[in-house]
Amino acid sequence: MTVIAEQAKDSAIAGLVALALAVPIVGLRTESTSSGLAIDPRMLDALLVALAVGLGHFLINLARARSTTKRTVVTPKAEVARRIKFISNSLGWGALGFGVVLPFLPFSDRYIMDVATLVLTYVMLGWGLNIVVGLAGLLDLGYVAFYAVGAYSYALIAAHFDWSFWVCLPLAGLFAAFFGVILGFPVLRLRGDYLAIVTLGFGEIIRVVLLNWYQFTGGPDGLSRIPRPDFFGLPFSRTGDDAFHTFFGLDYSSMHRIIFLYYLIFILALVTNAFTLRIRKLPVGRAWEALREDEIASRALGINPTNTKLTAFAIGAMFGGFAGAFFATRQGFISPESFTFIESAVILAIVVLGGMGSQIGVVIAAVVLIGGTELFRELAEFRMLAFGGLMVAIMVWRPRGLLANREPTVTLGKKPGDSG
Amino acid sequence: MTAPLLSVEHLSMRFGGLIAVNDVSFLAEKRHITSIIGPNGAGKTTVFNCLTGFYKPTVGRLALTTEDGVQYLERMDDFRIAQRAGVARTFQNIRLFPAMSVLENLLVAQHNALMRASVWSLAGLLGLKSYRRAEGEAVETARYWLERIDLIDRADGPAGDLPYGAQRRLEIARAMCTSPKLLCLDEPAAGLNPRETLELNELLRFIRDEHGVGVLLIEHDMSMVMQISDHIVVLDYGEKIAEGDPDAVRTNPAVIRAYLGEDEEETP
Repeated sequence: MTVIAEQAKDSAIAGLVALALAVPIVGLRTESTSSGLAIDPRMLDALLVALAVGLGHFLINLARARSTTKRTVVTPKAEVARRIKFISNSLGWGALGFGVVLPFLPFSDRYIMDVATLVLTYVMLGWGLNIVVGLAGLLDLGYVAFYAVGAYSYALIAAHFDWSFWVCLPLAGLFAAFFGVILGFPVLRLRGDYLAIVTLGFGEIIRVVLLNWYQFTGGPDGLSRIPRPDFFGLPFSRTGDDAFHTFFGLDYSSMHRIIFLYYLIFILALVTNAFTLRIRKLPVGRAWEALREDEIASRALGINPTNTKLTAFAIGAMFGGFAGAFFATRQGFISPESFTFIESAVILAIVVLGGMGSQIGVVIAAVVLIGGTELFRELAEFRMLAFGGLMVAIMVWRPRGLLANREPTVTLGKKPGDSG
Repeated sequence: MTAPLLSVEHLSMRFGGLIAVNDVSFLAEKRHITSIIGPNGAGKTTVFNCLTGFYKPTVGRLALTTEDGVQYLERMDDFRIAQRAGVARTFQNIRLFPAMSVLENLLVAQHNALMRASVWSLAGLLGLKSYRRAEGEAVETARYWLERIDLIDRADGPAGDLPYGAQRRLEIARAMCTSPKLLCLDEPAAGLNPRETLELNELLRFIRDEHGVGVLLIEHDMSMVMQISDHIVVLDYGEKIAEGDPDAVRTNPAVIRAYLGEDEEETP
């Protein structure tokens, strides 16, 4: 009780000080009348200001006192890790189930499906970049270059050779991986900031080449009439005997293709995830993490740093290429406009906000950043402001990302801390 | 008589005008602990960095003789020295992978063996039996060393959370997991309490006797050096001033002068 009485006294003093200040500042207002300057006393306003300050002071103090008594309980590190693991697991399975049934939910119209497909594209890109940034610790600011290489390779190969989507998709991935190696070879001896700058430059070079090589890429006009994917040989066309809907005896609906594309990127993203989870537990995955932790120690243990980093770069680029091929076939039209630096920044933001190396964190960050952007379209230019605020908030409250928690890749089955 | 494990001949390392190591030659035998001692700045760590490929020596030949033949370390890249020649090292300031678990630290050390087993990760991605067996063996090797250094209960926790002395032991175990022929330890007893130093002595003798590894040791703790060394090389200002068994080095006037300084008034 005495604490509260003390705080009340404290607040009363604050109120009095506020009153003393408010009387001349708020209470006396000068107005110019015809006969010169006149004073318009507004003492009630001044009193209200003082009361608000006093009351506010009291409430803030009360809240502060409560939070300090609460903070004395510290959750141990292992407990936090266990909780994050539980949240991640339940969220992961929940998201997987939701993703499977989403097209059949009553509210899923064309708009929702389009947004979901876009979100999944970014989830896949985020997972691809997570290999490079999260696991290998190589800051890549030009990831969009591989996305672009994948999209353009798909568009050019599919248009010129008339090959099916299922042939062109792996080719697009291979091309992107090849570009990853080409970029990686000279620059991987650089570290940290220097590597970031060079990759940033590489991303821009690719975009500028696409913009200016008119004969090959169509320059700013882009490439149009990119073949759309078919359902293993059955096109999603309105007419024709081999069309998807006639084969399955359905009525024609433009939603078929939308839903097919949705499941396509859903599966591609899941493949990326499964691959990452798997390779993390292989020697090469552990070597990536070791290089991220301490390159000199890794060298002393006989790990070839260049080759190991190159594989990370190439594999990350390959998944970027797959996502690019999907993007091209979904849009039917691509131009260098879609591959600007801001895309790289968004993908990197997804990885960092989600928590480096955290797979489910990437999903949440992609839903918030990409889905949120669509949701708050009415806010127009304030949208970016909101995201800036959100990012700052996350960096303040969870500086290592939303769900940053590292699980060992192999265990002896003993819990840390219990003595045998 | 067979050739010694390591023979360092006329090693010199120059950084611009500074001569860090000047014409140093010594031998290190298999199943021997060879210590390199000397005052601060004598060039001990530079010798190590040349041996493990972190520096390219200005002059000199570093020949490592094993049953696979002779390998010249001065011509090899740092990671190849660990990979092909079998020279492992620890660092003066501990360099573990702090965010990775203790067990993972030991598995990373077996990277090259596991890489071969995983056939460029293909067998690993497919989960083939041959790879799973190799991984099981690697875990067993790690378990063997964890039991040896008494860290089996902390195996799944992050290496960065270990106390200092345990991190030192883990770094040595990690180096041993590369199955080296020559183990280079840079001040392994720095920061250890006397009891931990005794445990370290025992561990080093075990490594020397049971695993037949040549140990090269830089150390400032003289009681430890005198207890476990088979051979001692003394450096001062980048030059070798003495060499021999512990007793010979202890009484060598040049060594005493280097450590205690010369009394100018008494020298005629």
